[in-house]
Amino acid sequence: MIEQIVFYLFSGLLLLSASMVVVMRNPIHSALFLVLSFFASAAIWLLLQAEFLAITLVLVYVGAVMVLFLFVVMMLDINLVKVREGFARFLPVGITVAVLMVVAMGLVVGSDYFLSDTYMAIKSVGPDYSNTKELGMTLYTEYLYQFEIAGAILLVAIIAAISLSMSKSKVNKSISPEDQVFVKKADRLRVVKMQSEQKTKSGGSEA
Amino acid sequence: MLDIIYQFISQNVLLPITTILLPVDYQAQALTVLQTVVKILSILVPVLITVAYFTYAERKIIGFIQGRIGPNRVGFFGFSLWGLGQPIADAVKLIVKEIIVPSSSNRALFIMAPILSLAPSLAAWAVIPFDDTKVLANVNAGLLYVLALTSLAVYGVIIAGWASNSKYAFLGAMRSAAQIVSYEIAMGFALVGVLVAAGSLNLGDIVNSQAGSVIHWFWIPLFPLFVIYFISGLAETNRAPFDVAEGESEIVAGFHVEYGGMAFSVFFMAEYANMILIAVLSAIMFCGGWLSPFQGIPGLEDLFTWVPPMFWLLAKTSFFMFLFLWFRATFPRYRYDQIMRLGWKVFIPLTIVWLVVVSALVVTNTPPWFN
Repeated sequence: MIEQIVFYLFSGLLLLSASMVVVMRNPIHSALFLVLSFFASAAIWLLLQAEFLAITLVLVYVGAVMVLFLFVVMMLDINLVKVREGFARFLPVGITVAVLMVVAMGLVVGSDYFLSDTYMAIKSVGPDYSNTKELGMTLYTEYLYQFEIAGAILLVAIIAAISLSMSKSKVNKSISPEDQVFVKKADRLRVVKMQSEQKTKSGGSEA
Repeated sequence: MLDIIYQFISQNVLLPITTILLPVDYQAQALTVLQTVVKILSILVPVLITVAYFTYAERKIIGFIQGRIGPNRVGFFGFSLWGLGQPIADAVKLIVKEIIVPSSSNRALFIMAPILSLAPSLAAWAVIPFDDTKVLANVNAGLLYVLALTSLAVYGVIIAGWASNSKYAFLGAMRSAAQIVSYEIAMGFALVGVLVAAGSLNLGDIVNSQAGSVIHWFWIPLFPLFVIYFISGLAETNRAPFDVAEGESEIVAGFHVEYGGMAFSVFFMAEYANMILIAVLSAIMFCGGWLSPFQGIPGLEDLFTWVPPMFWLLAKTSFFMFLFLWFRATFPRYRYDQIMRLGWKVFIPLTIVWLVVVSALVVTNTPPWFN
């Protein structure tokens, strides 16, 4: 009974926050509602006893991806009036797309291939069962190639992103700490030996 | 002792409440809920008291390091008692002060930000094991849970910076976001090392796998990760020498420049609670948690069996908490680009290399740690 209450609570929260992401005028608020919807879905995964996936969702998406997302959104100077301008004009197109998506998803879930009538309640497992270990075993034995290919693609993406951002190396003002460390006093400072000035008889300044 | 008090409260306070107030069907569930609440309070109240006296310790210790005396006036009932009443006087002052919300700020987020920064640092205490049996939630993925919650602390800072609608606050928030996201990666890799060494994500199991003696603790095989974890912890909590998010000499007070009274003090509490959390996690993951340092030494081991295990954990935690203060008094603030360089170009490669080393040690069953 409690599980059901928790499930409906968090799925309600998920639906509410997901629709707020679209509805909110301020993009910062939208991003924060997206964070909330990640939390709600993590809670639902916890109910399915997938604690590793749930915590990873919070760790990766909420802890890292959304922080960078907020970072970028906060820097943008968004003119809210301009964003709202085309609302009425695009509304029919938007509604059509939304209806099509609902129909498509309904067809998939309701079809015979989805086998929704064969799903049963989650088997309760003992406290010793570690789904982190199970996930690791599956990922690194059965799906090893897929896993490695995904890793390679991500690596290529990282290298591409770095090389794109480094391409304007002419105007790059980054400093090199190695050179800074090896700077000696003699490179920057020249001590000039000179005679102390003689006092002239005509007086003048003593400074 | 704690067990006896807990049993007493459970039997003489909670049980009568549930039996008198509720119908029979719900009594057992309600009792569990109430017992959990009592357990949570028994962790959080000491943590918050420690936060209060940690600020006192900071002012005293930094005072002594710099040849000053520190707070020594406020006491109780006319006795000055080395200034022990100072944190309480500060708390009263901050509670009584007015909270000023800037007129052009985003009011809801402005109020929410301090709460968002304090809540994760308190929630993380749920999985901290104080000894073999004393843990609020003995979950499988405790280590991941702690990492996820420490990564959430940045939201308070970012939202505060943005909602204040102030340039200084916003600059502080930007600095903090970039810094925390960078150091989180090094921190995560350091924790992966612990995971590989212990073979478990459960914090209790991690401590138990270090049993044996001081040499068996993970601080020796994981020494670089240990150092990186603690330094990343300094950066994550925005403490000196990584306190550019506050940077009082450059951007006044950074993200909390617009906050006053209790709203400011919640940020303050969050920072100190986070420091204590990092200290206790360092003790658990690298220094044997509740295990006695005299374990495995013939003679001395028997001499100290009467000491409760929790004492050792608290002693180790206090040592790490002292390090936070020592560093603040010793090191000048890092330049911002050098913080980024240290995180990305030094710590992350080093942790990856050491992960390979640890994996090799584990696979070859190297004694005395992994046999």
